[in-house]
Amino acid sequence: MIFKKTKNLELKMDAFLDKISEAGIVYRRGIKNYMKNTSDDFERHVEQIRQLEHEADELRKNIETQLYTQTLVPESRGDILALMETSDDVIDRATDTLVEFSIESPKIPEEFKDGFIELARTTVKATEEMVKAMRAFMRDPLNVRNYLHKVYHWEKESDRIAGELKREIFASDKLELSEKIHLRYFALHVDTLADRAEDVADRLAIYTIKRSI
Amino acid sequence: MLIMLFLSSGLFLGWSLGANDASNIFGTAVGTRMVKFYTAAFVASIFVVLGAVISGAGTTHTLGKLGAVDMIAGAFMVALAAALTVFWMTRLSLPVSTSQAIVGAIVGWNLFAGKPTDMAALTKIASTWVMSPVLAAAFSFVLFFMVKYLMKYWKIHIFRLDAYTRIGLIVVGAFGAYSLGANNIANVMGVFVAVAPFESLDIFGIDFNGVEQLFLLGGLAIAVGIFTYSRRVMMTVGDGVVKLTPQTALIVVLSQALVLFLFASKGLETWLLAHNLPTVPLVPVSSSQVVIGSILGIGLAHGGGGIRFRVLGKIASGWVTTPIIAALISFISLFFLQNVFDQQVVKPVDQTSIHETISPETHKHG
Repeated sequence: MIFKKTKNLELKMDAFLDKISEAGIVYRRGIKNYMKNTSDDFERHVEQIRQLEHEADELRKNIETQLYTQTLVPESRGDILALMETSDDVIDRATDTLVEFSIESPKIPEEFKDGFIELARTTVKATEEMVKAMRAFMRDPLNVRNYLHKVYHWEKESDRIAGELKREIFASDKLELSEKIHLRYFALHVDTLADRAEDVADRLAIYTIKRSI
Repeated sequence: MLIMLFLSSGLFLGWSLGANDASNIFGTAVGTRMVKFYTAAFVASIFVVLGAVISGAGTTHTLGKLGAVDMIAGAFMVALAAALTVFWMTRLSLPVSTSQAIVGAIVGWNLFAGKPTDMAALTKIASTWVMSPVLAAAFSFVLFFMVKYLMKYWKIHIFRLDAYTRIGLIVVGAFGAYSLGANNIANVMGVFVAVAPFESLDIFGIDFNGVEQLFLLGGLAIAVGIFTYSRRVMMTVGDGVVKLTPQTALIVVLSQALVLFLFASKGLETWLLAHNLPTVPLVPVSSSQVVIGSILGIGLAHGGGGIRFRVLGKIASGWVTTPIIAALISFISLFFLQNVFDQQVVKPVDQTSIHETISPETHKHG
């Protein structure tokens, strides 16, 4: 009986992490679709990420309620709760960014498209390593460090790419200032995903120390 | 009915043992909300009673060797002196243990009755007080690395680990409660064994002797202590004194249970004797000091930082002060009971038996 509940909770947590990981893929492909002007595919990805966000939210609430109503993992449930909420920010951020692309339809000049695609690819790498670190935290805390440094690496790399992209945008003489500011806003948003992954990594670094016996 | 009046001091000692010492076993589990209080209290009560009735004889025998209190009024006062010592020292926030108090109280009776104290038994008892926390520290130190190694290679999900730890805390807690009952019932009822007038009962063909009935009563007093008063102590242990993870709590309880069991199990003693191995003396030890030893073992496994040596010094001083205070209270109160309340606390000496025991050597020299 007690193991059935535990198994069920483990499955839900795995499913929650799957949603975040999948959202990363959808996000990366969505941005690529937008840059390649394949708007049908792009809108399909927007819909898909919304769905994933909703499902992740449901799973998170469900796990949190179960943890508290059944007084499970009393020592670490606060940490688990904080981890889930911070990692939920990652998926929320990814969804918001794709929706903003859909609503505002920024005009991206051809010479910046690869920069945006590269930026999205790098930020998603940070979130993928974050998900691996979260999985390790659940099962194999000694291994968390192996992933954390990769999250930090890709976050820094994203910052670098975003910085270069913004510099090139503002150096361009073909764009109006309003267009430059609009593009900078999008570069900033695409990059924020890696910052949210870094927030999760920071928490994980501390919680892993707490989890060791 | 008079017998219950005389037993009341022992029952009170049992009640305070339940109120305080059950928290050494289930304190962290309840304090960290891994186990519900009523589950813990239920399991602890059942197993304390079982341990007391089934395995309580070994340590009682050792206390009996130290001093055989031979009148029930004397036994009443010895137990009361121990209870008062525990009560007052607790009020003064001094480290105290029932085991050390009762030993002091018995020695006080010996002094009052003018009977010699078996120094071999006393040395054996005192050495186990030092040995028990050291042994507990060694157990938890080794267990810590075993559990760490297991957790490293047996990658258990955090939720599953939680479920295993909960079950472990209850199972190991039951073992701890059994060992506590077996080891410490002598403190509560030991002095009454020789003087309580219980007749053997035959229940469904099983012989239930007087000593077992006495231990059952003592065990029930401990159980009442657990249900009525241990909750607050448990919450304090779990919340404040030392921060343990549920896994380290499990190690602490297990090493504590093992030490209490080692110092109480006649079965183990027989087995060791049969295999020509050195035996462990069967002596009531202090579960509070054993648990501090276990926690110290975890501290050492973490590299020894954060160990407060002043606390250890305080415990060591308790090994000396508790028995002395208890002996004093016992001596003085026995005097009052005999001379003010006119109760016989020592069996009157039978002149003929003394005469018979006078050695030929004495006869010769007059």
